[in-house]
Amino acid sequence: MNVVSKIEAAAPAAAVEAPAERMRRVVAVAVEHGDAVDREGRFPAETVEALKRERLLSVAIPAEYGGEGLGTAAVADLIAQLAQACGSSAMIYAMHQIKTSSFVMHGTGSEWHRAYMRRIAAEQLLMASATTEAGIGGNLRNSICAIEVEDGRFRLTKEAIVISYGNYADAILATARRAPDAASSDQIMVVIPNDANRTIDRTVVWDTLGMRGTCSDGFHLEAVGNAAQIFPKPFSEIAAQSMLASSHIYWAATWFGIAADAFNRAQAFVKAAARKQTDGTLPPGALRLAEAAAKLQEMKGHLMAAIHRFDAAQVDAARGDDAALSSIGFAAEINALKVAASEKAGEVVRIALLVNGILGYKNGTPFSVGRHLRDTASAPVMISNDRILSNTATLLLMSRFDTSLGG
Amino acid sequence: MIDRIRTLLSGHPMIPLDFSALSDDANLYDAGLTSFASVQMMLALEEEFDVEFPEAMLTRRTFASLANIAEAVSQITRKAA
Repeated sequence: MNVVSKIEAAAPAAAVEAPAERMRRVVAVAVEHGDAVDREGRFPAETVEALKRERLLSVAIPAEYGGEGLGTAAVADLIAQLAQACGSSAMIYAMHQIKTSSFVMHGTGSEWHRAYMRRIAAEQLLMASATTEAGIGGNLRNSICAIEVEDGRFRLTKEAIVISYGNYADAILATARRAPDAASSDQIMVVIPNDANRTIDRTVVWDTLGMRGTCSDGFHLEAVGNAAQIFPKPFSEIAAQSMLASSHIYWAATWFGIAADAFNRAQAFVKAAARKQTDGTLPPGALRLAEAAAKLQEMKGHLMAAIHRFDAAQVDAARGDDAALSSIGFAAEINALKVAASEKAGEVVRIALLVNGILGYKNGTPFSVGRHLRDTASAPVMISNDRILSNTATLLLMSRFDTSLGG
Repeated sequence: MIDRIRTLLSGHPMIPLDFSALSDDANLYDAGLTSFASVQMMLALEEEFDVEFPEAMLTRRTFASLANIAEAVSQITRKAA
């Protein structure tokens, strides 16, 4: 009896409907505004507002803090669902979920972070990330800026050359060296809410080929605050145990969704053409469609295997055994997912373009895949595949390939 | 064992850590150990002690401190003996 009433009290009233059902309404909004967001390179405000209205920003937060406690697979599904309508919106949602995973996995040991998780759920706050910095050459496990802590207060100044949707987020999670005399890889992560204690001045404008709605401008960031806002775990641990895997899985889910929509458009094109043929022949692109289906299936299989592996490792970690989560083999596998998914997404979209021909090449037709092509072009450069492959090459010196098929 | 490991790693050109300033239990990742340097470390240890780290030991934790490394190496050499 007590248990039941407790659970009922913890579950938010708006959460009775399944998340996928609520996301369907968000998708309708994203479909309506997707082209304008892309063309104008503007923040998908309507879509993010809809995500907040449907309480989808807190789905991964545990129920005891006001969320719904969804696991990796369920969150990845929501991302892929949104990505079929608007790549930028899905990438924003994915990045928010990556930040949420840092709170869920590494923030429960701190009263400040537990309280902030409740606020994320109650107020549907959007989280952004400031890991990149001028001068670090794209390696987010290095910082130049340092946080200064004195008498329980911190001060931080960062030249963040990329903060995706920085101007629109309710809080920014920034990395920095632990202290002015700390090594470049001795980093912390701090939560910087959008309030009077912080200023951000835009220094770089995001005008890009694709993913234009993420508004990943550069900023000069200055903040002060309570030292309790610093995550209790070192960033090296956060990066290795939750950020690496959740980033690559949620990014891959975004690219998978975009590729799946391009595939759907190609399939619709082939069906429409087949209906017009009275002699039973198929348009020349039909064969390509089968090829694209195989690639999409590969993406899906790889993604599902990685999610399964991550979930199993997280269950072990929750029991106090983080060996799987911190193993070199796991890092190599997750790196491989990023490289493979980013390449495959582009391949599927390019095939869809071949199938759809000029109607795919033109904007504004039901078969257009131009935005898909440009959005997925970001995938191999969003943390360069070459950088990831060379990291993996190093990791492979100390791990063996897991040939088990799970039997 | 720990002293032998400390001496070995201190002289390694590809591992830019000041091991003389680090206690046995100090976290090497916090001190700036990169994944590349940890691989160099593993290779040097395998060469020095004529061992091969089994897959199960290839975790961040194994290389997180000099004490952890010493424990791992002695485990392997005990098994080999």
